[in-house]
Amino acid sequence: MPLTREQVARIADLARIEILPAEAETLQGELNRIFTLIERMRAVDASAFVPMAHALDVSQPLREDAPAEPDRRAEFLALAPETEAGLYLVPRVIE
Amino acid sequence: MSRDALLDGGLAALSAALASRRISSVELTAAYLGRIERENPRLNAFITVDPDRSLAQARAADERIARGEGGVLTGIPVAHKDIFCTRGWPTTCGSRMLANFVSPYDAHVIERFDAAGCVILGKTNMDEFAMGSSSETSFFGPVRNPWDTGRVPGGSSGGSAAAVAAGLAPAATGTDTGGSIRQPAALCGVSGLKPTYGVVSRYGMIAFASSLDQGGPMARLAADCAWLLNAMAGHDARDSTSLDRPPEDYARDLDKPLAGLRVGLPREFFAEGLDGDVARAVEAALGEIRRLGASTVEVSLPNMALSVPAYYVIAPAEASSNLSRFDGVRYGYRAPHYADLAELYGKSRAQGFGAEVRRRILIGTYVLSHGYYDAYYLQAQRIRRLIAADFAAALANCDVLMGPTSPTTAFALGDRAGDPVQMYLSDIYTIAVNLAGLPAMSIPCGLGANGCPVGLHIIGDYFGEARILNVAHRYQQATDWHTRLPGGAQ
Repeated sequence: MPLTREQVARIADLARIEILPAEAETLQGELNRIFTLIERMRAVDASAFVPMAHALDVSQPLREDAPAEPDRRAEFLALAPETEAGLYLVPRVIE
Repeated sequence: MSRDALLDGGLAALSAALASRRISSVELTAAYLGRIERENPRLNAFITVDPDRSLAQARAADERIARGEGGVLTGIPVAHKDIFCTRGWPTTCGSRMLANFVSPYDAHVIERFDAAGCVILGKTNMDEFAMGSSSETSFFGPVRNPWDTGRVPGGSSGGSAAAVAAGLAPAATGTDTGGSIRQPAALCGVSGLKPTYGVVSRYGMIAFASSLDQGGPMARLAADCAWLLNAMAGHDARDSTSLDRPPEDYARDLDKPLAGLRVGLPREFFAEGLDGDVARAVEAALGEIRRLGASTVEVSLPNMALSVPAYYVIAPAEASSNLSRFDGVRYGYRAPHYADLAELYGKSRAQGFGAEVRRRILIGTYVLSHGYYDAYYLQAQRIRRLIAADFAAALANCDVLMGPTSPTTAFALGDRAGDPVQMYLSDIYTIAVNLAGLPAMSIPCGLGANGCPVGLHIIGDYFGEARILNVAHRYQQATDWHTRLPGGAQ
């Protein structure tokens, strides 16, 4: 099982979290210690049990499809690091 | 009653004093703000206080009381864990990621306290994104335990617990995903209740693990928690897991005698790993419960040992999904330097999140990734069913279960910060309750060898909050642990 350095890098890439070379080894060790704890659970045969996603197994109710939220665009945009002309700004992705 | 005795005496006394106009909400709020100003530099329990805003709310509450329109909580100041979005207030979740975030809306819980006429006393410090058991992972520095400032207050709702314990607030809110209300309540010597999953709306409560997160009250007295839950609970269509049930008065059974109460003692709660001083305090509390007319019987939760491993799959998996919204684009922290969009995401998230949050996102990303989902996430959900079935069997012949809330009293700052797995085991008795979705409470029941509080854990069946509060209240009427204050004052 132990996660390799390459796997840690792949996970970090999927999670969109930059890992600095200096912290890669410590992180790999920490994650592997946590997975040692998690592995205890995998040895158990729980196939007879239905996976439990909600404590009370209630189904997700549907709301009426009616507009409820007022338009607060300017207020929400004001929270962003960078905006222009009512849009969120990010670095150019298409040349 | 002296001013200090009133401030430390619980909500019923405060409510009566406000209703009879012996004290105004402005005076009360100013008194707590004064205590915060004096004590917070030492404890770091609050991230944000805004006296002008709080006092304006207090004035409005006084006017409401003068018009004869006040309820039992009108004019009472409440401190809120900084995980609850509070309109116009910084809402940081203890993270650099949200250090500059001023919420544009109120959480349902905040709306409910506002409707009750409560005053927002400030926003309390916490483990970053509620991930921790010591309140040391906050971007705003660690919270200190008022009983011994060299020790942690527990976590993640450590700021709320420390604020109530030190008398900086008469009441506070917390959230509990794996023990984050009950463990700090135990370590700080206050009362804290995690309701049945779905009783309190998660709307505006910054999400950690959505299938486990539940908000709840923290206060000196169990009776206070009943009043606070009356304000907090209720259906909210904006949280799809909020339960649509008829309203309850959680204080209705407080005074019911305990004669005939059947208490189950899961033997796994008293096994290896439990400190002797904690065990002795809990045994003494069980003796008192028996004197009050209850009977105790040993029960078993045979799969308890699997709860921590299953939790560390489910909670990080859900967290990795919930925290993907923090992208440095729409709100929150953005790294100052980046070459392209991938770097903007990668650097903003690397710099905006602390080490523990990053670790959990990475674990969650891995267990949800292609080829691992069945082996980890689905397996953990099957274990979750197994644990819920254990509780159902144990509760079939008992009204409540009892044991210690935490295997130790407050530990020293820095003691477990370098060892994530050791820290995770702090919640060994509380996590299974979240997996099952049951209600549970911690109340003070003694002092450990280091002079710090011990918590008694009371677990009920689904929707058994009123019963738990009844047991806790009767215990508190017969004992005085809940009246002990840090520093020996009483």
